[in-house]
Amino acid sequence: MNSGKQKREIPGTTVFDGEAARKGYALNKMCYSFNSAENRAEFLKDQDAYCTKFGLNDQQREAVRSLNVLKMIEAGGNAYYLAKLGGIFGLDMQDIGAQQTGMTKDEFKAKLVEAGRR
Amino acid sequence: MAKIVGALGVTHVPYIGRAIAHNLQQDPYWKPFFDGFPAAHEWLAKVRPDVAVVIYNDHGLNFFLDKQPTFAVGAAPEYRNADEGWGIPTLPPYQGDPELSWHIIESLVGEEFDIVSCQEMVVDHAFTLPLELFWPGQHPCPVRTVPVCINTVQHPLPTAARCFKLGQAIGRAVESWDEDARVVVIGTGGLSHQLDGQRAGFINKRFDLLFLEKLINDPLWVTRYSIMDLVELTGTQGIELLNWLAARGALLGDVEKVHSNYHIPISNTASGLLVMEGV
Repeated sequence: MNSGKQKREIPGTTVFDGEAARKGYALNKMCYSFNSAENRAEFLKDQDAYCTKFGLNDQQREAVRSLNVLKMIEAGGNAYYLAKLGGIFGLDMQDIGAQQTGMTKDEFKAKLVEAGRR
Repeated sequence: MAKIVGALGVTHVPYIGRAIAHNLQQDPYWKPFFDGFPAAHEWLAKVRPDVAVVIYNDHGLNFFLDKQPTFAVGAAPEYRNADEGWGIPTLPPYQGDPELSWHIIESLVGEEFDIVSCQEMVVDHAFTLPLELFWPGQHPCPVRTVPVCINTVQHPLPTAARCFKLGQAIGRAVESWDEDARVVVIGTGGLSHQLDGQRAGFINKRFDLLFLEKLINDPLWVTRYSIMDLVELTGTQGIELLNWLAARGALLGDVEKVHSNYHIPISNTASGLLVMEGV
């Protein structure tokens, strides 16, 4: 069994476990608030103030400011919640996938199509 | 007594909601996915379910990480969809079946599944889109519903074996319900996909096809894998296949495949559809 101390590594993968959930709580809570259109508008009006309201730490604020998904995950962000933030900026899952894998969106989409051919 | 008419497995990618809203079913990108459904519609017309038990995972609509139940069962007269924050249309409410919900809750807790019961519950795309796919354009949806939510979001997740047993217990609960109702069990999500990390875009066609085959005749095969094995094999979100495994568990005897479809990609996901019934 995996104890908290000995984690199994899966390359390129962060499992959203208790450690991530604790670390990312404020960030994910902010993203959860984006279920409301009113909150999305408030965030867009003053992103920094909105991050402060939810108590994001510096690492999380920087990740949000730069819209860097890998950094958000490192800061404890969960994919389903981060997608709500991505949606505010019109990013779909291929944009987010391309950004994380260092590909263009077309390259990322081609990779997905290729997975179906193998 | 109530009767389980069969089980369905289906992908629940949010993007499908947009395709339905824009009538893109015959668009070249979407056609291989939507073309899988007429056979499922024919089967549903034949077996005529009154109720659907929908086994799915919430993506941060009803549950936030402040309280994350491992297993939750809806017990509301009605379930509403709501703004999920990513711009897919909000769908009309779904009718519940509180009588069956409470019967399932009683039965599950009696069998030592300590579930969370929810008399109010909003349902997200993982619940609504499968119903839209199986009963397209029918508002209100012609079946009453019982949502069953499995935590596939925040680890530790329930093991595959536990999810299969939950499904079996739901099957026994339904079949012991003293009402003349026909019930279909739907498991939603998957198949292989990973949204996050440098491995984003990971898909495992070989595993998915094996899973679709094993689910029919040897579902316990899945339970040999740990959650971490399954994350490695199917992706961080591919683990949603636990919902399919639970739905399969609800079919208590031998099972045969009625229909399946598999297509890559829909969004970042290997999409699957499986129709199963008892022999």
